[in-house]
Amino acid sequence: MSNQLTGIGASAGIAIAKAFVLENPALEIEQKTITDADAEIERFEAAVHIAKEELEVIKNHANEQLGEDKAAIFAAHLLVLSDPELLNAVKDKVNNEKVNAESAMSDVSNMFISMFENMDNEYMKERAADIRDVSKRVLAHLLGVTFTSPGAITDEVIVLAEDLTPSDTAQLNKQFVKGFATDIGGRTSHSAIMARSMEIPAVVGTKTITSEDVEGKMVIIDGIDGNVIVDPSEEEIAEYTKKKENFEAKKQEWAKLVNEPTTTKDEKHVELAANIGTPEDVKGVLENGGEGVGLYRTEFLYMGRNELPTEEEQFNSYKEVLEKMEGKPVVIRTLDIGGDKELPYLNLPKEMNPFLGFRAIRLCLEETEIFRTQLRALLRASVYGNLKVMFPMIATVGEFRQAKEMLLSVKEELIREGVEVSEDIEVGMMVEIPATAAMADVFAKEVDFFSVGTNDLIQYTMAADRMNQKVSYLYQPYNPAILRLVKMVIDAAHKEGKWAGMCGEMAGDQIAIPILLGLGLDEFSMSATSILPARSQMTKLSKEEISSHIDHILSLATNEEVIAYVTEHFATEEL
Amino acid sequence: MAEKNFTVTSESGIHARPATALVNKAGQYSSDVTLDYNGKSVNLKSIMGVMSLGIQQNSEITIKAEGSDADDAIAGLSEVMENEGLGK
Repeated sequence: MSNQLTGIGASAGIAIAKAFVLENPALEIEQKTITDADAEIERFEAAVHIAKEELEVIKNHANEQLGEDKAAIFAAHLLVLSDPELLNAVKDKVNNEKVNAESAMSDVSNMFISMFENMDNEYMKERAADIRDVSKRVLAHLLGVTFTSPGAITDEVIVLAEDLTPSDTAQLNKQFVKGFATDIGGRTSHSAIMARSMEIPAVVGTKTITSEDVEGKMVIIDGIDGNVIVDPSEEEIAEYTKKKENFEAKKQEWAKLVNEPTTTKDEKHVELAANIGTPEDVKGVLENGGEGVGLYRTEFLYMGRNELPTEEEQFNSYKEVLEKMEGKPVVIRTLDIGGDKELPYLNLPKEMNPFLGFRAIRLCLEETEIFRTQLRALLRASVYGNLKVMFPMIATVGEFRQAKEMLLSVKEELIREGVEVSEDIEVGMMVEIPATAAMADVFAKEVDFFSVGTNDLIQYTMAADRMNQKVSYLYQPYNPAILRLVKMVIDAAHKEGKWAGMCGEMAGDQIAIPILLGLGLDEFSMSATSILPARSQMTKLSKEEISSHIDHILSLATNEEVIAYVTEHFATEEL
Repeated sequence: MAEKNFTVTSESGIHARPATALVNKAGQYSSDVTLDYNGKSVNLKSIMGVMSLGIQQNSEITIKAEGSDADDAIAGLSEVMENEGLGK
């Protein structure tokens, strides 16, 4: 009997394969006295050997999928397992103290872990986590606990997990992992974003998928409607195979639009751009026919490491993106850290309300060295393409002026040094804080463009933490309150001859697109995979016709009423 | 026995990646290889030993090798130091 669970469709597509539950077992180490030390050492060596083999597999996958740079950490993990200081210490302990390998390994690695944790260098402190990781792998083998690492998967499976961490997703191999489903998470959680960029179907927020009896059973993931079916019947497999084929046919139809401009039924043009996090993402943007990059999130350059990126590193990344985009617009957002995105090496104090705290531009205006380094890198890269600089989390006109002033002073500094800097860099801002939407007419006189960040704009307007599941019903992108704010921003921009874009999830949403088009939005920036469905939808929409409905839509009372009105009156692209 | 002094020029000192390269290289020789820094001496074939020194930019370090292929070891390791941009 099949069993259906509903979650949130995080990445469109259908996958049918065997379940693979990714568990994170707790290890209980018990000290025992042994008699045969040689046999115990042999057992230890065997566990180390298997752990090494696993790490080799992970390293090779990471190498192929993510590049040598990201794979380097696994090379270091491998060396830990060949480290004579570690191995000999464990063996000596087994020999001299006649204790079991588990407790010897655990004691020795704990000693190294605390040694690293007590070093006064942040980077070295972080290395403690690496040792913990590696020793856990060996301990799991000694204890006979199955330790699953997503990088070690070599069968076609659907991964089921409570949640997937960035390092888990970094190890997923598209060749084998056909899709995944998680207990927690939403459309904007890390795992969901990764699934879309890898283009594998995913359903998140099922709440209970890992508590079901699923191991080894067939599973269907429907990332279009957000369903997971465990142990499907033959009829269900047939039904979903058909749905998968239809979806793939649709994808092929969209593929024909890759090199076409985005034109509405009444011949109006809008720009469909993509959101990216790293230079590698540009490939997906071009393959999906992106007309620009509407949001380059630079914080990924700062994350997953132990020190600030140097000016040179940043310059190389920005230059690479600008060059690869060949003169198409590239909006680079300056560092947006703080809130839910932490940088351990900055040692920022924990906050009660991180989303309302010291983050993004607030941090950059205080930590001016960090900000100036980034601005130097951006300006130096500006001559390699069509750069637009965007400041995040602006609340007041004063903040915008201060940030822009800093940009101009860095520019003068570079020119004095004889460095070439582009003369046509547009400088704009994110609209995420309701105060800026209310003041959009004033801001519009000073900025070159606006880009509405919907995830934050919605959470701040509705006063609902988007990490809190209990209030997730308040995440209402079509609530007329949000739509009215968006209208104020677009109208204010146009009045001053500026342009307005949107770079949140909403910009690629089938229900939101007709409304945003009717409101006059100029640039829609979304996940690369949403571009072609959006372009296809645009060809069926008439901007002029929708504009005549806008007053009515904005006078509706609820999120649901808006959805019903849009689906009744305008074409949406069936996924 | 052979030995050589280096000044670490790399901005981020000897962190995981170059340390990996050094330790891998050291492991290719039968000689005992040590890294001396700040009065401490560690086995250069031990990644954790090397990392535990927390060597930063501008540190003065000495690499020593003792054994039948000591000279080769010093030559090979000097090459890694230079190729990884660690120092001379």
